[in-house]
Amino acid sequence: MPDTITLPNSLRSQPDASGHFGAFGGRYVAETLMPLILELEKVYKEAKQDPAFDAEFAELLRSYVGRPNPLYYAERLTEALRADAPEGKGAKIYLKREELNHTGAHKINNCIGQALLARRMGKKKVIAETGAGQHGVATATVAALFGMECKIFMGAKDVERQKPNVFRMKLLGAEVIPVVSGSQTLKDAMNDALRHWVSNVHDTFYIIGTAAGPHPYPELVRDFQSIIGKEAREQILELEGRLPDMLIAPVGGGSNAIGLFHPFLDDTDVKMIGVEAAGEGLEGKHAASLAGGKSGILHGNRTYLLQDEDGQITEAHSISAGLDYPGIGPEHSWLHEIGRVQYMPITDDEALASFQKLSALEGIIPALESAHAIASAEKVAPTLDADQILIVNLSGRGDKDIFTVASALGVEM
Amino acid sequence: MTDRLSARFATCKSQGRAALITFVTAGDPTVADTPAILDALVEGGADIIELGMPFTDPMADGPAIELANLRSLGSGTKTKDIFALSAAFRQRHPDTPLVLMGYANPMLVRGSDWFADQCKAAGVDGVICVDVPPEEDAEIGPALRGAGIHLIRLATPTTDAARLPAVLSGASGFLYQVAVAGITGKQQASQAAIEQAVGALKKATELPIAVGFGVRSAEQAGAIGRVADGVVVGSAIVDIIGSHGDAAAPFVKEFVAALRSALNANSPHFRETAA
Repeated sequence: MPDTITLPNSLRSQPDASGHFGAFGGRYVAETLMPLILELEKVYKEAKQDPAFDAEFAELLRSYVGRPNPLYYAERLTEALRADAPEGKGAKIYLKREELNHTGAHKINNCIGQALLARRMGKKKVIAETGAGQHGVATATVAALFGMECKIFMGAKDVERQKPNVFRMKLLGAEVIPVVSGSQTLKDAMNDALRHWVSNVHDTFYIIGTAAGPHPYPELVRDFQSIIGKEAREQILELEGRLPDMLIAPVGGGSNAIGLFHPFLDDTDVKMIGVEAAGEGLEGKHAASLAGGKSGILHGNRTYLLQDEDGQITEAHSISAGLDYPGIGPEHSWLHEIGRVQYMPITDDEALASFQKLSALEGIIPALESAHAIASAEKVAPTLDADQILIVNLSGRGDKDIFTVASALGVEM
Repeated sequence: MTDRLSARFATCKSQGRAALITFVTAGDPTVADTPAILDALVEGGADIIELGMPFTDPMADGPAIELANLRSLGSGTKTKDIFALSAAFRQRHPDTPLVLMGYANPMLVRGSDWFADQCKAAGVDGVICVDVPPEEDAEIGPALRGAGIHLIRLATPTTDAARLPAVLSGASGFLYQVAVAGITGKQQASQAAIEQAVGALKKATELPIAVGFGVRSAEQAGAIGRVADGVVVGSAIVDIIGSHGDAAAPFVKEFVAALRSALNANSPHFRETAA
């Protein structure tokens, strides 16, 4: 494994040839899956070199997803935070509006890319795991678009707390398979998706929803999501004539965050904060793998995991189903260890407060995942100078979460 | 190094039959029940014991073994208990090879050297790590080989001729031929497919070939035993433990004895020993 000290000058050249980001990543899968993973790696390398692949991806992002989405100056949020900040403090907050994408989140960027790869590999069936249902909806959407058969694995608990998305997936023609094993949430959905995949490798493509899993998934998901950071970079240069001082994004597996961060990794003046779900607080039940976990192996990669002293995976908790996962993408583990990105825990209560605040101040109902990033921005912006610029990734819209939020606030609907 | 695995395969070969390899999950249903179940496997005629290390997320396993993992963890099984069970087994059965099978995270959480040392101290002969393919051998291979523990590799229906040398490199003890592309205990491979796969592997390696995944009956075990050096039965035994719980040992012994009879029946020379 490469020593980070011997890395080339760019932080954007990871992973290495064997899929490692420093000590993280890799390909920890059953032998049955290895040949397919190697084939996917080969096909992806070829696709990257193929201008036609890139052109088709770009065109679908434009005409189907609705990109580019705006970089929006959240003036009322900025002013509200300045009002309580010391004189001259309170950074200018921009929101990258991923929630305006078709299907309401960043997830579709990756799904389009992977569906193109599936078609290139001649696979007519796709499967996916989903937590909040956003990735399931995005996968079902592209499966409809590409005429592919689609199965979505979803923890039975999540099926219960995300009913609207379950119905959406069914409308889109997908079969939703409730997973009753383990904690009945995202990690168990991923276990069952892997079990299905290993039994159907010959004709099935697994569209992994986040920048995690065995190599080359973390790399290709990041590449497909990097459209977020590429656009944001161009947009801020146009709007402000300079790069931002800080980027903030929520991190479950971390695909929206790595998508925003990656194009800026070599811009050393741009600070970055990944926001982990601290649930009830780091002393209680949470989903903050970096703050409360340690390096281990799960779902095909080595990364930070919530686990006990015997390496048994402990159950994660977050009010946000999309962050309710005991691991994190391997590139984030690496960026954490080398100190390039700071990771900040935000609790359920803080996210709930920001969910309401952004809705009331800006007329934008954020996904609970994104509300974690807003909460982080509320803490950080008042410590920065008023002429500094902060970009927050508004990774998804909150319509799916209104029932959860209402219930948490004690409101009957 | 005393090599119980090669000695046992040699014995079976001299008897003209395949080795019977049986799998149970350590601590299923409780740590206290496991010694009697392990003894029942040996008394029923198992040649090699695979002892599963339970994991919260057994991705390569079907419902039978997944439930066994959860039963074991639910009753509080810890890694130290598994090594204590192994060491006690080694005391009671000095010649029966014992192989730990499981997932990387519980094996490596304290480092590969720690794990290899524990295996050695407990008299474990080999390790099967389901989610460490040859590409990630550096995680576990060197430590095990250094401690004289066999790293048993898996070949699957998707392992093609180009990839097989990578699988065989660093493999020792025996080669585990996964009969179906899938999870444990579900689909069954056709006898013809198994025969073809075993034939291909035998051309590529001198290691004994053991076939597993989806082997549920004595009849099937007997048929596979005619072509392979070993037959692995797991989920079917684990199901018996699931049904009978702490009273499972005699039922396990009876089932294992039937499997063994089917393998013995392949041998023209086999002389039944007194039970």
